[in-house]
Amino acid sequence: MKKHYAKPSGKLLAELYISFFKIGALTFGGGLAMLPMLKRELVESKHWVTEEEILDMYAIGQCTPGIIAVNTATFVGFQKGGIPGGITATLGMVSPSLLIICLIASILKSFITLPAVQHALAGIRIFVCAMMMQTVVTMAQKGVKDKLGVFLFLAGFLTASFTPVPLALVVAASALVGIIAKRREAKQA
Amino acid sequence: MIYFQLIYEFFKIGLFAIGGGMATLPFLMDLTERYDWYTKAELTNMIAISQSTPGPVGINMATYAGYNAAGVFGAITATLALTAPALVIIMVIAKFLADFSENKAVQAAFYGIRPAVAALIGYAVWELVKISLSVTNGSQITGIDYPGAFICLASFGIMQIKYCRKLHPLVWIAAGAIIGILLKL
Repeated sequence: MKKHYAKPSGKLLAELYISFFKIGALTFGGGLAMLPMLKRELVESKHWVTEEEILDMYAIGQCTPGIIAVNTATFVGFQKGGIPGGITATLGMVSPSLLIICLIASILKSFITLPAVQHALAGIRIFVCAMMMQTVVTMAQKGVKDKLGVFLFLAGFLTASFTPVPLALVVAASALVGIIAKRREAKQA
Repeated sequence: MIYFQLIYEFFKIGLFAIGGGMATLPFLMDLTERYDWYTKAELTNMIAISQSTPGPVGINMATYAGYNAAGVFGAITATLALTAPALVIIMVIAKFLADFSENKAVQAAFYGIRPAVAALIGYAVWELVKISLSVTNGSQITGIDYPGAFICLASFGIMQIKYCRKLHPLVWIAAGAIIGILLKL
């Protein structure tokens, strides 16, 4: 990894903004769904990073706070143009969402009282429930690997559902349990 | 002042929602308990729209939540506050910790965090299911919406087929809209 970062030119910052704006505007779903588009724009078209670097970034993105796709933008922007580059790329990535969502939200506000829109939303909500149930199943399959995982899953679910304990505390406590468990495992081995 | 509340809440979400966009959902659900920015039913609409428009889902949901709370400036405030913690953390990692994801302590922490994040999303989804598939009288749940529950379980069943699981969320959302209009749900 490069150690020195030159002061980025205005042209580079503009390019970073436009590239990530394009990625944000043309990909649906975020996360892994964004990978092909990131590859095409950043590796094949701009030659800013290699494919391996993007995959590494995804690995880091999964174990850092924040939105994975945005973290990738920050990372690439920072590598190319230091702190201003990181900020510019991040802003480029979130700009399309801001524009599109504000537009849709304001349109929906004036149509929400129509019966057809109400029926459509009621139907959509049912399918969102099914999709989200599927998300939980997939995430539990990936994340719950052993007895401790089952315990943390149940403890987390019950704590969130029936106690006023802040969710952030559940995340922090689970991280701590993971570290202690791995350390004991290492001692026993 | 609402902008300070937005900055505080979304900065916190940006710091503790680990593992991608959907990890923000339990925190967004939690906000419905403490603020009147949006209801749980509106949150379900926000998920549907965030999944069927371009851009990362987590950013779309934060933007929408901010918009509902305080209009366009609320949307900008929530989105920037959400991305701020990661912005700093990622730049620090990029500069100093090249092998961050291979670090033993980081891996051990994630061994604990992954099941917890799945559980928190499970909690948020259970809350969504409760309000979306029930008959309500104001905010009081009075019974189960049987047709809705049937459609939900049937579509969940169809999603277990490998081919169908890979379909884009937009397909399911369109199907939901059509069924909703046809059956006058």
